[in-house]
Amino acid sequence: MEHAEEEVLRIGVFICHCGINIGGVVNVPEVVKYAMTLPNVVYAEDNLYTCSSDGLSKIKEGIGKYNLNRVIVASCTPRTHEPLFRATCEEAGVNKYLFEMANIREHCSWAHMHEPDKATEKAKDIVRMAVAKVRLLKPQDEPEIEVTPSALVIGGGISGMTSALCLADQEFKVYLVEKEPELGGMLRHLYKLFPTMLNASEGLSKIVEGVKQNKNIEVWPSTVVKQVKGFIGNFDVSVQRENRETANFQVGTIIVATGADIFEPVGMYGYKKYDNVITQFKLEQLLKDNQLKKPERVVMIQCTGAREEKGRTYCSRICCMEALKNAMLVRELYPETDVYILFRDLQTYGREYEEWRRMAQDKGVKFVKYNLEKLPEVIAGHDGKLTIDVYHALLGEQVQIESDLVVLSTPLVQREDAKELSQTLKVPLGPDGFFFEAHVKLRPIDFATDGIYVCGTAHSPKDTAESVSQALGVASRASIPMAVKRLRTEAITAMVDESLCSGCGTCVKICPYGAIEKDEKGVARVTAVVCKGCGICGASCPEKAISMSHFTDEQVVAQALAALGRTVA
Amino acid sequence: MTFEPRIVGFLCNWCSYAGADLAGVSRISYPTSIRIIRLMCSGRVDPVFVLEILAKGADGVMVMGCHPGDCHYVDGNLQTERKIKMLKKLIARTGLEPERLRLEWVSASEGGRFAELVNEFTNQIKALGPSPLSGEKPDPVILENILAAKSAAEDFRLRVLVGREKELIEKGNVYGDKTTQEEFNKTMDEAIQAEYVRNKIYFVVRKEPQSVKELSKHLDLDPQMVLRHIVVLRRRGMVTVGRVEGTTPLYTALEVGR
Repeated sequence: MEHAEEEVLRIGVFICHCGINIGGVVNVPEVVKYAMTLPNVVYAEDNLYTCSSDGLSKIKEGIGKYNLNRVIVASCTPRTHEPLFRATCEEAGVNKYLFEMANIREHCSWAHMHEPDKATEKAKDIVRMAVAKVRLLKPQDEPEIEVTPSALVIGGGISGMTSALCLADQEFKVYLVEKEPELGGMLRHLYKLFPTMLNASEGLSKIVEGVKQNKNIEVWPSTVVKQVKGFIGNFDVSVQRENRETANFQVGTIIVATGADIFEPVGMYGYKKYDNVITQFKLEQLLKDNQLKKPERVVMIQCTGAREEKGRTYCSRICCMEALKNAMLVRELYPETDVYILFRDLQTYGREYEEWRRMAQDKGVKFVKYNLEKLPEVIAGHDGKLTIDVYHALLGEQVQIESDLVVLSTPLVQREDAKELSQTLKVPLGPDGFFFEAHVKLRPIDFATDGIYVCGTAHSPKDTAESVSQALGVASRASIPMAVKRLRTEAITAMVDESLCSGCGTCVKICPYGAIEKDEKGVARVTAVVCKGCGICGASCPEKAISMSHFTDEQVVAQALAALGRTVA
Repeated sequence: MTFEPRIVGFLCNWCSYAGADLAGVSRISYPTSIRIIRLMCSGRVDPVFVLEILAKGADGVMVMGCHPGDCHYVDGNLQTERKIKMLKKLIARTGLEPERLRLEWVSASEGGRFAELVNEFTNQIKALGPSPLSGEKPDPVILENILAAKSAAEDFRLRVLVGREKELIEKGNVYGDKTTQEEFNKTMDEAIQAEYVRNKIYFVVRKEPQSVKELSKHLDLDPQMVLRHIVVLRRRGMVTVGRVEGTTPLYTALEVGR
């Protein structure tokens, strides 16, 4: 670094016409002339297209000929072209972090087409701001890390097993940790799966056998994850078996497939008060074990404890289909039994499911729409029967239905111990308690933390097919770093000045990635490969002990003051 | 000459900078007033940056980030919101209009919204007129106030409160005691008031030693309060007794404590 401070700055500025996209509005030759007046700028030129192969070789030529050690391209947005120009600089021997882009197209010529004079002035300012910043830039290295080609899968349900098999088939070592003594998860308790009516146990047993026999999968039943340290490629995992036996694994990636619980609607619609008020899950087990005694009339109440105004506001996604399926199973078993489904909205989304609703209707299942404002009431009647008093939203009148079996469709909810796991892994839970992905649309199965992924109902309520899709998705995501074996990580990271740090721990608390911890001296230490370079810690550090490489306080403020025309440095 | 505002915009790379790109791609025009600085996250905006820029005469500062829930860095934008909330309260004490600072959420798909916001903010700044700190002769009183605010924003107390707000409200302190938002706001307001005044005192006595009475007059503050702040400043090693005139101590600034 020492010689970097002594070096004489030699800045080259390449200003792009972008055909007429910039040149048609901004007076490019004037900006070139202006750039030459700025401090440390030793060379400036305009190009028809700086990003063309001709333009790129001009940059390389310029670097050689004028001995440039800082490069600015004034053209389009860095969000698309920065990697290209950076690579060009690197080819010509200039560290790619000594490059800066001035966005005079998207943020200038295109937005101010009707004001060419003002656009030219603004373009000059933008170039001046880039000069102010580039003068203060320092070369950076991107640290390279090795990736251990093994994965930890937490949860031995259908999702966890599917992703474990998919990874094992690619010859990666998999540690599959299951809290229960047996593999299988929720499917072990289910009867038939919609829409194929496949027996859950049939589908499951094949996968369980496959997992048990796979030489690349090590199954750890009755085991929980106790501690996780490290980062992508290099996680140290400690697990504990029920019998207190502990073990440590080294893994490169982690998959969270811990599943969900079913909500127990205690106190709702007489549940736990009347024996003949049960959950949909219980009905499923009665059907499975062939223990359902013939009821005269079944009333199912949808959205019990789901889609509430506060608390569980979400739709549990599977209950409508589950109710339709169980209603038809009951009707098949006892054709004389009446089945009512009380619903707020029937969400039979997607392929095949809407047909199922029609089919159920054809088979005599009766539907009654109720409102959130006037919830149904379950009242004890005579002979152990129940009366369901419901406001029929379509008829607009109060209706009484007598029933000897009330079935409550309750949502999937996050497991009690998920919070502990989220803290162990330092990954977030969303407002509904489910594990929270990095981006709802663009990164739906990644966590914000690299190398940790989520699938199945641990992420949100979903059916088996959706869980399997996600499980295959995470296996694919996790296999990428493990197949590549080496990773380059962010060079833009936080740096702590130990002499200023008071060890207050504010940065440890606010880092979204858990990249900062207190070391043995009690001061903050950044794990550079985990840091994503957002800079939140730097902007918050009470002692101003943290700086951000490539976005230092000095660099950002210099750029801003240059914007005001106050100073270029 | 008509007044052309100088606005500095801090935009996060992932949402709002992309939104500004889209405004250009869609050829939506907006005033040329804004100069954009790209940061990885709006959470990078240190309150000190904003005050430094306002002190140097920016007519307005816009900070833009991803909509809540969309932040590329999980909740960096919510940290930004806490910082801006504190900053606005701090600026309000300086005589500069807090409306010169604005935080907005702009997604990558909201080119139109970006342009509309720049347009609206530019008009708002035009209505306010040039910053009293711009030009050759910045208003000395407001400048001193803004510099005091900047020092307050550099100090431990306000920074730690902003940084710990979420934790104190959601998780509680080390003893597990949670703070309500109202309680927190009250503490924050008191801290802003106290830290701002303390830094003002420091700036005043740095120019020339003053007595509590003089300071009290200058700051329009109860002498008891002034004395209390002096005690804190002495404890922090920022102020000491310079000389005694008759029986009245005159306080002066120490450079050491800073």
